[in-house]
Amino acid sequence: MLLRASLVVLLAHMPSAMAGGNMEERVLPNGLKVIVKEDHRAPVAVSQLWYKAGSMDEFNGTTGVAHVLEHMMFKGTPRVPAGRFTKLIAAAGGRDNAFTAQDYTTYFQQLQKSRLPLALKLEADRMQNLSLSKAEFGKEIKVVMEERRWRTDDKPQSLVYEGMMATAFQEHPYRRPVIGWMNDLEHMTAADARAWYRRWYAPNNAVLVVVGDVQPAQVFKLAADYFGKIKARPLPVRKPQAEPPQEGIRRVEVKVPAKLPYLLMGYHAPVLRNPAQDWEPYALEVLAGVLDGNGSARLNQALVRESRVASEVGAGYDDVARGPGMFLLEGTPSEGKTVRDVEAALREQVEKLKRDGITPEELQRVKAQVIAAQVYQRDSMFYQGMLIGQYEISGLSYQALDTRLERLKAVSAEQVREVAGKYLKDDNLTVATLDPQPLEGHTPVAPPKGARDVR
Amino acid sequence: MSARTAFASMRAWFAPVGTGCRRAVLSAAALLALVGAAVAARAALPIQHWQTDKGAQVYFVENHDLPMLDLSVAFAAGSSRDRADQSGLAGLTVNMMRLGAGGLSDDDISRGFADVGAVIDTRFDRDMAGFGLRTLSAPPERRRALEVLAKVLQQPEFPEPVLEREKARLLARLKEADTQPESMADKAFYAALYGGHPYGLPPEGEVATVGGLKRQDLADFYRTHYSAANAVIAMIGDITRADAEAIARQLSERLPPGPAPAPLPPVPELTQAQVRYLPHPASQSHILLGAPGMRRGDPDYFPLLVGNYVLGGGGFDSRLTKEVREKRGLAYSAYSYFLPLAQDGPFQIGLQTKKAQTGQAIEIVRKVLGDFVAEGPTAAELQQAKDNLVGGFPLRIDSNKKIIEYLTVIGFYRLPLSYLDDFTSNVAKVTLADVKDAFRRRVHPDLIDLVVVGPAAAGEP
Repeated sequence: MLLRASLVVLLAHMPSAMAGGNMEERVLPNGLKVIVKEDHRAPVAVSQLWYKAGSMDEFNGTTGVAHVLEHMMFKGTPRVPAGRFTKLIAAAGGRDNAFTAQDYTTYFQQLQKSRLPLALKLEADRMQNLSLSKAEFGKEIKVVMEERRWRTDDKPQSLVYEGMMATAFQEHPYRRPVIGWMNDLEHMTAADARAWYRRWYAPNNAVLVVVGDVQPAQVFKLAADYFGKIKARPLPVRKPQAEPPQEGIRRVEVKVPAKLPYLLMGYHAPVLRNPAQDWEPYALEVLAGVLDGNGSARLNQALVRESRVASEVGAGYDDVARGPGMFLLEGTPSEGKTVRDVEAALREQVEKLKRDGITPEELQRVKAQVIAAQVYQRDSMFYQGMLIGQYEISGLSYQALDTRLERLKAVSAEQVREVAGKYLKDDNLTVATLDPQPLEGHTPVAPPKGARDVR
Repeated sequence: MSARTAFASMRAWFAPVGTGCRRAVLSAAALLALVGAAVAARAALPIQHWQTDKGAQVYFVENHDLPMLDLSVAFAAGSSRDRADQSGLAGLTVNMMRLGAGGLSDDDISRGFADVGAVIDTRFDRDMAGFGLRTLSAPPERRRALEVLAKVLQQPEFPEPVLEREKARLLARLKEADTQPESMADKAFYAALYGGHPYGLPPEGEVATVGGLKRQDLADFYRTHYSAANAVIAMIGDITRADAEAIARQLSERLPPGPAPAPLPPVPELTQAQVRYLPHPASQSHILLGAPGMRRGDPDYFPLLVGNYVLGGGGFDSRLTKEVREKRGLAYSAYSYFLPLAQDGPFQIGLQTKKAQTGQAIEIVRKVLGDFVAEGPTAAELQQAKDNLVGGFPLRIDSNKKIIEYLTVIGFYRLPLSYLDDFTSNVAKVTLADVKDAFRRRVHPDLIDLVVVGPAAAGEP
């Protein structure tokens, strides 16, 4: 379901040009990069602190530690004890939370603009002074295990995604789930979390993004006041862990209690490395739009509306990431149809793309949506911050966002056909399927031994 | 930005009213339940309101910051308008309206919006059904999008072959939902609270009833529920009042004639607490507790809203999260909310925990609830709740997307136009005694239904 939700919003996310707001950047002497985007539509601001430390930076045996540390970041410092951070932000009328992904860990606050200093002060404190007590860790690791059960173990389609990633990637750390493997969580210690914190939580490994009704000069001053004294630290060398070329189709099957089968197909694909010169990732974005950009897009039109082989279909692609990219197709068979039928139908669409390309009308339609979405995205300060942060963390300057719309508009029908031919091929493909099992008589997943093992 | 971000793992559902999985059902209603309060005396949001010639209610905020328009059209045509033997009819009707209208096929309609970059979505819950449209405000794009929307609203055709296809898809979804713990719990929860009241019907219908729905049923449901007198049109964006008047006219003038439907019957009070265990092989139990709560415009709305922040609405600020998660690590998410509807919507407490901890978690939740109803919040807790609700007000209306939800709810439930302006003072007025009194009268810890999906019975793994 997560995947489906993400696919639905793909188009709204596609264009990223940031027209319509002043952006400025400063780098503090300790290496903290600060980017401010002015948006004066409402008297509020969002602050997002991005650490370039996600699950892709983890090692076997301690998968999930990036996310566990994210939880522990709310468990207090000597000056701001556990629970106090959120309480102070809430008392100021604010909301705060954090999220961990493959590429990064991000902490954010949304507040009235006058309360921004509070957010920055608290973030600066926990960047350097986290307590990380064993007692707090012992409770929180149980919460994370509950989160894994809720988010993945009991969600059939999440298990399929997990299985596909673990199969499609053999060398690259994207093969490991962000939430971590349960066995690693069961054996994780406070020391693991502390080691992670010391390794990555430094100003020279972070980007602060502030969007809102603020003046850049004021934000830079606040950032210097609160973060300026934190010392830079040498960061570990990051090994590339490049995925070797896939040679041959891979398959994985997941059996869980459910009613409907489900199919997820992933093709290795490139991402943006040089936004001014690369064109393939933009063509792949357009391709995803042609396949799944609206109700009349190819997959829904052909598989759901016409042949009715599937009851749900989707396509997804993300052109910004630190690691390698992936072009995804998914489908749920109609009653009486199988995942094999849906796979055949999806691959037929892929072959058709390679053979006949796309029509001028389809290209025009996707571009109209891209142009409109560029306006719509300005309705959300939070989302504007997300775009800046993801670009920066991926090693692309936020300034490349300005040319993104033009680059997407420049994509030709022939380029779309070309990337389909180059990347959507069997040798490059991993197919994951859900084989539904009856609820009755099913043996539950081995009961987790969480509490005992943690202590 | 797409898949990768979506798989990001978050610390919490920090949605104080309701959790993510119920987003579709809560939508507009949930958002408004947490509206904070205006600090300034001036109008928080200058809302213009009028009625069209045909009787549609219109709510409009003129705002030229961005060259776009958000619009919603809502009808009292939600699942509470279904009959038990035709459960699913309301939902199928609103979905089918977009799949054939005024001579346009489903693909024509999808393309009509996409060609101009417009985005349409269907809104559907227990009370309301309708559509949301987001479009560029420049006349060429806007006009084309509105032309298609007008056909969807006024000339739906419910083509037979499309209906068969959509019924099959819906049946597949319903069968799947009947095997997934979250949806199983939700369905059993509403059935327990509402029994034969229309709020007890599952919004999307039942496997047993959807198969029998005929084209004529949809056409009849449309004719009796999609009248102008039953329509609420909300708009915010880069258009003038004159534009807004013309749009409201265009969208309402050819709606079917007829009155707005009669109000729903009141919800009977629970007389006996029900306990239901539904076995499921999942690793976690999904636990829901609750009872009918309050309605829109309820005199106890503010005391219950503020009090619930302390109980389980304020995320990490709330007692439930502290006791269940922070102190004991029993769950990733534990919350409570009131979902005010046209009649008493549910008061719900929810959490998920691994099966072996089910009994312990329920015991803690019951104790937190019992203590809270008996003693109310502390003075410090009350102040914290008010500070958050008041101080957070600007965040509630910082985007057109949020504002269109408020306009829809204010219009649909006929809340006063000053609803947002008065919010600060209404929150600020709430006293300890008000909260305690309202909870004691409205929430009875010994009359709380319990639904557990996971173990076959209490005390079993």
